[in-house]
Amino acid sequence: MNPPIQTPSRPETLEELMLQALAMEREAVERYSELADMMQAHNNRDVAELFHKMAGYEQHHVDHILKDMSWPADKATPRYAGVWTAPDGPEVVPIEEMHYLMQPWHALQLALAAEQRAHDFFDALVRNAANDTIRRAAEEMRAEEAEHIELVRAWMEKVPQPDSDWAADPDPPRYID
Amino acid sequence: MNDMAESAALAAADYKSGYKPVWCPGCGDYGVLGAVTRALAILQRPPHEVAVVSGIGCSSRIPAYTSCYGFHGVHGRALAAGTGLKVARPDLTVIVAGGDGDGYSIGGNHFLHACRRNVDLTYIVMDNHVYGMTKGQASPTTEPDWDSKLAPGGTGVRSFHPLVIALAAGANFIARAFSGDSGGAAEIIAQAIRHPGFSFVEVMSPCVTFRPEQKDWKQSVRRTGVPETGDPAQAARRIMTDDGFNIGVLYAGDRPVYARERAATVTPAELEAEFAL
Amino acid sequence: MTAGTLLLDAAARAGLYGLMVRTSGPQIRGGEAAALLRLGPQPLATLDDRFDMLLAIDWQNLHRFADEIPLGPASLIVGDSGEGEAPEALLASGAQAVALPLKKTVKGATGAWVNMVALGFGGAIAGLPVEVLEEALRASWKRNPQALEANLTVLRQGFAFAAGLEGKRPQPLAMPAVAPAGRWLISGNEAAGFGAIRAGVRFVAAYPITPATEVLEWLAPALTRLGGTLLQAEDELASINMIIGAAYGGVPSLTATAGPGLALMTEAIGLAVTAEVPIVIVDVMRGGPSTGIPAKSEQSDLSFAVDGLPGDAPRLVLAPTSIGDCLTTTEWAVRLAEALQAPAIVLSDQFMGQSRAVVDQPPATGGTAQRLVAAANTPGYLRYADTPSGISPMAIPGTPGTTYTADGLEHTEKGIPSSQATDHSRQLDKRERKLMQYDYGPRWADVEGEADLAIITFGSTTGAVREAIARSALQGVGLRLVALRLLAPLQPAALDRALAGVRQVLVVEQNHGGQLLRYLRSRYDLPGRATGLHRPGPLPLRPGELTAAFIDWAAVQGSREGRA
Ligand SMILES: Cc1ncc(C[n+]2csc(CCOP(=O)(O)OP(=O)(O)O)c2C)c(N)n1
Ligand code: SF4
Repeated sequence: MNPPIQTPSRPETLEELMLQALAMEREAVERYSELADMMQAHNNRDVAELFHKMAGYEQHHVDHILKDMSWPADKATPRYAGVWTAPDGPEVVPIEEMHYLMQPWHALQLALAAEQRAHDFFDALVRNAANDTIRRAAEEMRAEEAEHIELVRAWMEKVPQPDSDWAADPDPPRYID
Repeated sequence: MNDMAESAALAAADYKSGYKPVWCPGCGDYGVLGAVTRALAILQRPPHEVAVVSGIGCSSRIPAYTSCYGFHGVHGRALAAGTGLKVARPDLTVIVAGGDGDGYSIGGNHFLHACRRNVDLTYIVMDNHVYGMTKGQASPTTEPDWDSKLAPGGTGVRSFHPLVIALAAGANFIARAFSGDSGGAAEIIAQAIRHPGFSFVEVMSPCVTFRPEQKDWKQSVRRTGVPETGDPAQAARRIMTDDGFNIGVLYAGDRPVYARERAATVTPAELEAEFAL
Repeated sequence: MTAGTLLLDAAARAGLYGLMVRTSGPQIRGGEAAALLRLGPQPLATLDDRFDMLLAIDWQNLHRFADEIPLGPASLIVGDSGEGEAPEALLASGAQAVALPLKKTVKGATGAWVNMVALGFGGAIAGLPVEVLEEALRASWKRNPQALEANLTVLRQGFAFAAGLEGKRPQPLAMPAVAPAGRWLISGNEAAGFGAIRAGVRFVAAYPITPATEVLEWLAPALTRLGGTLLQAEDELASINMIIGAAYGGVPSLTATAGPGLALMTEAIGLAVTAEVPIVIVDVMRGGPSTGIPAKSEQSDLSFAVDGLPGDAPRLVLAPTSIGDCLTTTEWAVRLAEALQAPAIVLSDQFMGQSRAVVDQPPATGGTAQRLVAAANTPGYLRYADTPSGISPMAIPGTPGTTYTADGLEHTEKGIPSSQATDHSRQLDKRERKLMQYDYGPRWADVEGEADLAIITFGSTTGAVREAIARSALQGVGLRLVALRLLAPLQPAALDRALAGVRQVLVVEQNHGGQLLRYLRSRYDLPGRATGLHRPGPLPLRPGELTAAFIDWAAVQGSREGRA
């Protein structure tokens, strides 16, 4: 039998909270890596590199959680699949927002939104915490997300704003098979 | 909660081959690939015991992106190849995947007969209401007024309703999923694989290149609030009355599954007696 | 038809050889039908030039068969006394006509059939003992015993009618003292089915089509008993792709069809070429193109089989040279397909497929087909590895550590789609090389005789050609026979040897355009000035007309030589 799917309800224990956080961060790592590959395969090196970096940040977050909880690297999490408040995990950037000509600025906008969602997720947990231990842990996580938000904001300062015709491509799509 | 943890033996990543998809960045098919690999991880089926069979189209490129056995055949015939494989090798888990053009247009006849034959297969259609690979022509599920080069102003032809057709034709499991909800789609696909007989999963999978407006599907989809039904009449009502944005399992039946497994009772040499004088 | 089948069975019991060809009108039920039989002490691969006797239960629409049933002054036409004169078209042959009370014999005999009167009479004319005819009827009887008795009675009455025809009747056959051992009674379609099974085929998917359906009808129950499956597909597009799927899964697989079905399968045959999936397609040829003449024989799918695919697509094409050979050649085709991981087309035809014959037991060629399979966990496994033989080990799904994606797109050695020139030419070379380099052994053709004039033919025409060569020899004209069994890939070196010392060749085939002649010319430098003798179906090429043509042709070659 497969385990039934869990709704990430209000965590009752620290362990539950951290499992939710771990699942969310892992999803983010996976998605950023996938987006980086996507961009790499379509010769958009700048954005690929950016997503690789983002995946790295999220991986730090994962490592942090594992260390705090003294969990092994392959610690299993429950299947929250499909039951976050949004279709994907809060911290992932949606695939359909990708564009082969997108620029770092676009990528950072999307990353910012994802970090913001993650922040809001923990913020809600802080406000609904079942006890002080959980509240403190959620606050810590919220703070980390806030840091990420700042980091992305600062990064955005350094990248140029795209022209209005950034998506223009004189070559039409190619016919393949 | 811990005892319900997913086994760590095989993760979704173990079902990916490492080849980078040719799909446009943003294509819904990435989400479907994610969902299929996650579903297999849920089922913990070893990759070499799974075969992914497809036809031709952007979506049909999916087999090589998995670490399973793959078969990338010709346009429209994936269900036939998958049927032959499953009937000859019932021990394998066979997933057939492709696009709406592949499955409902050139392969439409096979779709009907696969539903009614009810071989234990899972058929995943990545429906983007367009022929992606050939640069954006109308498919059977395209809206009649959608403008395209080959049908300026629209085809004027009513679009095909795959779910209700699958139900009428005899599919044993019918679900709608959304590529942007990769985790939810994974759950549905896992259930489809587990369900005996022909399981049909229509995945709404946006084509960001030729149908960029499909990015808005995310705002419209919702999970069906209702529990799944095994009653075809109820399922028909649901499928016919929804707006096309309800995702979830819409029908899970118990129609008899095509089964031809049996032991040999003669040897070829014994058959000679029939001809010998 | 029943009378014909029983007569053939009785002849077999008496130790004779025989051949029965069926022909019928266009109606589904109740239409005119004729069983064309030839019986004799030796194996028979073709009908003769004339029939000794035409036995008609009635004359309705019989003129439609006049072309197919050649008669001569020595022939006997037997009709029912209540049916009036034989049709003019038949009498024109100069044959003698007699009337017998066939229908009257069964009047009042409850449960008796007129065709059992015919069986008794026909058997007597052939020279069969009445006991053997009775035995054949008893063995086939499935109804009530009273009716059997009634039919045995009328059979004996029919037998007795022959006594009154001394002087008019053809010579009866001499019965062999002992029946030759090891004979089979089989149709070409059954033989093809059995050959497939002997080679290991356990999955068949097909869509019914005349004249291939009997292959499937025989295979369906046989496969069930062998633990295999026959799946009736929704169309030929499905059936071919189903067998490709099953064969990809490691199970030797086959389909049977005719021209229209083969046409629909084209794209997928190319897939089997490129993805290197072994499959066998038995094409029981009928009159074409399009729906053509469904229930009549023609050898007109050859060009399509050898050349009719988009792209450079090497494939195996084989043709059995007799009804018994339908078994051996189909068996060989399965073996070759499996060994070479390529599609094989077996060109049978309606004549061989739907005719039933007493044949010598086809030789056992031993063992099931072998495919070169990849071992589990092969390091750095490359599905389409460019090996010296061109054959690369195939991983069977379910095997750990060798997963790959089979692809109809051009690919790298690993199977990844590629449009690069190097990958394309490398894989094209490999796929061609594996078929060209393979050692096909002596079975590629039947080569008989040493004369410096050669007849080249293939398929069911071989029977008539062989008989005509034997008759020519009696008239002092020596001819060599080369009956091709492996049509593609053509074997130039083997052909060189087979044609060594040959000055001229004549290519004989049953189609309108001379497809074999054109094919050979396009791939091989035939000696001398190759000519063709070809005629489309539905009429078979008969040994007599071929003998005449061969002798004329040989004479022209002789005088040409003389002038030179
Ligand atoms: C016999 C044949 N006809 C036409 C084509 C060209 N072709 C390739 S993919 C395709 C349509 C694909 O559309 P769909 O199945 O919806 O897949 P998508 O690309 O949208 O994923 C067509 C017409 C072909 N490969 N083979
Ligand atoms: S053309 Fe459309 S369907 Fe094809 S890969 Fe691009 S987005 Fe996906």
